[in-house]
Amino acid sequence: MKIMTRLMAVSALAVAGMAGTAGAEVIKVGVICPTSGPYAIYGKQFSEAVEAYQAIHGTEIDGNEIEFIYRDSGGVNPDQARSLAQELIIREGVEYLAGFTFTPNALAVAQIIDQSETPAVIFNAATSIITQESEFFVRPSFTLWQVSAPMAEWAHEQGITEVVTAVTDYGPGIDAETGFKAAFEAAGGTVVDSIRMPLDTTDFAPFMQRVRDEAPDAVFAFLPAGPSTFAFVKAYNENDLRGAGIEFLGTGETDETTLDSLGDAALGLRTSYHYSPAHESPENEEFIGKLMELHPDAVPNFASVQAYDGAHVIYEMIRAAGTDGPAAIEAVKGLEWTSPRGPVSIDPETRHITQNVYIREVAKDDEGNLINREFETIEAVPDLGLVNDY
Amino acid sequence: MGTILNILVDGVAYGMILFMISVGLSVTMGLMRVINLAHGGFAMLGGAAVHYFGVQLGIPFVLAALLAIGAVVALALPMERVLYRPIYRMGELQQVLATIGITFLMIASVNLWLGSTLLSIRLPDAWTGTVDLGFRSLPMHRLIVIGVGLAIAGGLYVLIDRTRFGIRLRAAVDNRATASALGIDTGRVFLATFALGAGLAALGGILGAELLPVDAYYPLRYMVHFLIVVAVGGMGSITGSFLAALGLGILDTTARYIVPDFGTIFFFLVTILVLGLRPQGLLGRHA
Repeated sequence: MKIMTRLMAVSALAVAGMAGTAGAEVIKVGVICPTSGPYAIYGKQFSEAVEAYQAIHGTEIDGNEIEFIYRDSGGVNPDQARSLAQELIIREGVEYLAGFTFTPNALAVAQIIDQSETPAVIFNAATSIITQESEFFVRPSFTLWQVSAPMAEWAHEQGITEVVTAVTDYGPGIDAETGFKAAFEAAGGTVVDSIRMPLDTTDFAPFMQRVRDEAPDAVFAFLPAGPSTFAFVKAYNENDLRGAGIEFLGTGETDETTLDSLGDAALGLRTSYHYSPAHESPENEEFIGKLMELHPDAVPNFASVQAYDGAHVIYEMIRAAGTDGPAAIEAVKGLEWTSPRGPVSIDPETRHITQNVYIREVAKDDEGNLINREFETIEAVPDLGLVNDY
Repeated sequence: MGTILNILVDGVAYGMILFMISVGLSVTMGLMRVINLAHGGFAMLGGAAVHYFGVQLGIPFVLAALLAIGAVVALALPMERVLYRPIYRMGELQQVLATIGITFLMIASVNLWLGSTLLSIRLPDAWTGTVDLGFRSLPMHRLIVIGVGLAIAGGLYVLIDRTRFGIRLRAAVDNRATASALGIDTGRVFLATFALGAGLAALGGILGAELLPVDAYYPLRYMVHFLIVVAVGGMGSITGSFLAALGLGILDTTARYIVPDFGTIFFFLVTILVLGLRPQGLLGRHA
């Protein structure tokens, strides 16, 4: 209780302080993300993209300096996320929170941001329920429903009628499975088998054999990016599912950070996702240009663009409402802009991003590098997990 | 019938990878009496080095793999002299703490050197094809893994059971003081054995990279698997490690074919059962 009273006191002070001083001040944004451990790549992508955003758009709004402060959450660690959020709000006096790679970490701060009225901008965590847990969450990233359901509809249009789904047995995997299945069956297709694979599996041959035995038109997969996606795509090729006429359908399986490792085996794999660095637009060119200028070894991907757009949302909130949390949330509802991923907006009801979903195919660019080439666009998709019309 | 054959082929290949990586651990733990939790780190270093030589410098795979194994052995030799020699004399808990510290050092070094993302290994084209066996097409890579695993099991058996080096090693292990009184340079025997274990781990890490992909957190991610193989097989027993790796590989694969929803529970259930009945492992000797 003590902490909560202090939280209230601090936020009250902050508001009073803002009203009192007319001069320039530093507005701090606390970013909670993994910067060490197996998921440290997220922290790297986030901070590089935020840096790129600040380099393009400046570090000042109305004379106030915007400063991003990073805290390491490690992996899936809700307790750690909660105490970091408290520390950032009370000791560092941050006015905005951001980051959050994993759903449990985001959910853990819901109560705190409600009490301190601190807007929290989700840079990744992608299960639908998050934005319902607090009025102060805004999510310019994506959800599994958002990218899986369009894939189902598109696949059905291509004449694919029987699909086996194979997902990793954890929250996002089950979201992807239900999202795909709901949309695919609504379109008239059949999901003949739904396989849930253990989280620590890296030998996928047994699952591939099972898919082969079912002989569907396609297999729809969702796995967390990293070693398991790599091994899954390898197994798809090694067991020659393509030769057996079973198409590969996925979402983030061909993420740019693992794409190179997959090599030519990945050519032709089709996925649906909200961003590819190969997206052709002046906004994307500007973003990637600045990112590569600041960090020549950077690998732009979904996590970078989500942090870049997250920084934009924070800037817009500060521009509209300064450090007044509730006013900032009101200001962000319905916000529209052109992101490096295309035209996007924040749904006023769900506070989740409405964006284009692209159907992509792994191809080679002019320099022989593997890229996700977008070839079809499904426009303005909301978070189908919340705005569910199936 | 088809399913049984599938399970056998996939299970045996998986078992061989487990065997190659853990046999070095079994040798160092059983014969040298040092609990080396950093063993998986040598497998990772092998994978990381082959990624560096093969993908970043463009050296052909087989040469890159040989260079990588050489590099890991070259690194293991001074490590044994400087880091491990004091560890031999420590108690069991101190050994665990010291070697887990070495694991973190390895992880941090690879993280700094090559980053925390997946480290790919480019296999030669001839290895990535499939062989049609009629009832199913089998990845060439798995056949190679099975072949190399068998060759190593045989080679190690001969080395330890039939050669002068093996005799010296067993003598040094059984009674170090007497062995050195008889003129055996026990320090050098241990050094060679340690380097052999590290080299085998590197080989396993490289060949197994398609099944257990290599990244900086590899030693922690798979450490439990390697330890289980050694525990179930019995420390110091090469045949035991071989049987345990094969059995657990087939069991894990069978469970994934038949009841995937249960995850890896059977792997652990059988481990508990075996260790309950035979605490020293399948072929382990009584202490």
